[in-house]
Amino acid sequence: MELVCPAGNLPALKRAVDEGADAVYFGFQNTTNARQFAGLNFTDKRAREGIDYAHARGKRVFCAINTYPQPDGWAMWTRAVDQAADLGVDALIMADMGLLDYAARRHPNLARHLSVQGSATSFEALRFYHEQFGIARAVLPRVLSITQVRDLAKQSPVELEVFAFGSLCIMAEGRCYLSSYLTGESPNTRGVCSPAAHVRWEETPEGLESRLNGVLIDRYGEGENAGYPTLCKGRFEVGGETYHAIEEPTSLNTLELLPELQELGIAAVKIEGRQRSPAYVSKVAGIWRQALDRLERAPGRFQPEPAWMTGLGEVSEGSTTTLGAYERRWK
Amino acid sequence: MSATPTLQLSLGPVLFYWTREHYANFYREAADWPVEVVHLGESVCSRRRDMKLDDWLGIGRELTQSGKQVVLSSQTLIESEADLRDLRKLCDNGEFLVEANDQSALQRLSAAGQPFVAGAALNLYNPATLAVLSRAGMQRWQAPVEMSRDDLARLLEDCREQGIEAPCEVFAYGHLPLAWSSRCFTARRYQKPKDRCQFVCQKHPEGLALRSQESQQVFTLNGIQTLSGACQDLRHEVPDMAGMGVGVARLSPRPEGMAEVVTAFDAARRGELPTPDPLSLVDAEICDGYWHGRPGMDHSRAASLG
Repeated sequence: MELVCPAGNLPALKRAVDEGADAVYFGFQNTTNARQFAGLNFTDKRAREGIDYAHARGKRVFCAINTYPQPDGWAMWTRAVDQAADLGVDALIMADMGLLDYAARRHPNLARHLSVQGSATSFEALRFYHEQFGIARAVLPRVLSITQVRDLAKQSPVELEVFAFGSLCIMAEGRCYLSSYLTGESPNTRGVCSPAAHVRWEETPEGLESRLNGVLIDRYGEGENAGYPTLCKGRFEVGGETYHAIEEPTSLNTLELLPELQELGIAAVKIEGRQRSPAYVSKVAGIWRQALDRLERAPGRFQPEPAWMTGLGEVSEGSTTTLGAYERRWK
Repeated sequence: MSATPTLQLSLGPVLFYWTREHYANFYREAADWPVEVVHLGESVCSRRRDMKLDDWLGIGRELTQSGKQVVLSSQTLIESEADLRDLRKLCDNGEFLVEANDQSALQRLSAAGQPFVAGAALNLYNPATLAVLSRAGMQRWQAPVEMSRDDLARLLEDCREQGIEAPCEVFAYGHLPLAWSSRCFTARRYQKPKDRCQFVCQKHPEGLALRSQESQQVFTLNGIQTLSGACQDLRHEVPDMAGMGVGVARLSPRPEGMAEVVTAFDAARRGELPTPDPLSLVDAEICDGYWHGRPGMDHSRAASLG
């Protein structure tokens, strides 16, 4: 299985390659990719340097152009596609049907991967993207149980990449408009979720409050660890109870599923976190490299090392991890 | 002066889980409402099984008799083999047009050469995407819920230039469908696993309010779906919509007061809507921010009232 790691900037890209990533993915410095953060992502020059670095070491580079071209911005998205093709990336990661169509016609020999933002959760959906746009690979949304992944993998016309580790979206990706409902900006339109420009922290007599565009997302008592106010991970009141009504602050960690994912013929495992530090990328890539190497050597006897789990826990949201939807009872 | 309306009105599929009797009564009344299109079917959760496909077809036939165009809406989040089997049956119904709400439905319908309606969750943001779907057999399309009036106007202009003729539909009234998950948030509230949910969402014919710790209604939980906390109401934008070339305004069913909502939109498209009186609007919080290029939860009239 290929280990695909996030590269939010050049140092992260190099650390990922050094620690054993088989492929890295990056985006440009605009709203054409789903991790649009200030100071993050690549200029043309930096991208060229990163691609050279990875290619010199036999690693692949994917470019994420996985937001949805807006009515006034078509040219920015096609320019990103052309730019990535000129740079010599190994694949484009895209979600929008129009942009997939454009890339398939303009750069037929450049591999197209369906982004998780393309929301393909069945083999019929994969068949649509395959027949219409000739995708070579699809990244699956984090909503399927392992049994559902198994069913899908049996009939998929393309190779599959699944999320292995990182922040957990619990809504079907690409079909979540919660962020724009509160802030006007969403993953689809602007490549952001719960964007930092709308976040306010305030110490009050009731505790530390986090707000997103004025809406109270959470309130922390003394001794509680405060997390980033991602809107689906706050504490809200439903029917008289106040709790994490949608999801707790937690990260996805599928290390223990590795043997099963391999048996299903999954082509690649993906690490989330282009917005995270080079130190995060380095640590996570290193642990997953060790795990995949161990799996390779002794597939029948694979057990995650406690040290790996601890290491991953340390860089997880809320310092806890979950198998998420892979595990039926999570639902 | 009453003009012949150029804008059609449609009823969206009922997003909540009602009882058989509730659906039957609702559509019996709807048969007499001034809407041209009615979307039927369960588009949210496959565990909601009170209504079988045959039940929907039966209601569809009655509505056809009353002169409505009937469209069957497909499930938005397809997860299992069982979901796909149900989807195939829906697509092969042989009688009514289908609204494709995900690419699985698009594949079934386009491969069979059947025309289809393209739902809002397909993420149709640009003319290139609409051109792909036009070639695949699209008869009508719904704009993404988060698209602003100005973006939509530009998109419609581009569509006309490129010869994409399928009419556009706008979500004009109701709680906005904003997200779908494999997790059921209603079952979670009742501390039940999804597989043994005991259909608790049927106790909430208009969903469960999710409020901030300051009692602001932020979202509405509806099983695996998350809706807006406020109810979008674009009745005052209807003349503008028609002028831009929007073909259909969608009204999303609520358990109470839909007859009045339909009447108001019918008056609006005839240019007969009374001067806005914010105090007389329905009891739920109102929003229209998306249309005005702002956060969806915003309400332009509330803002202008200070």
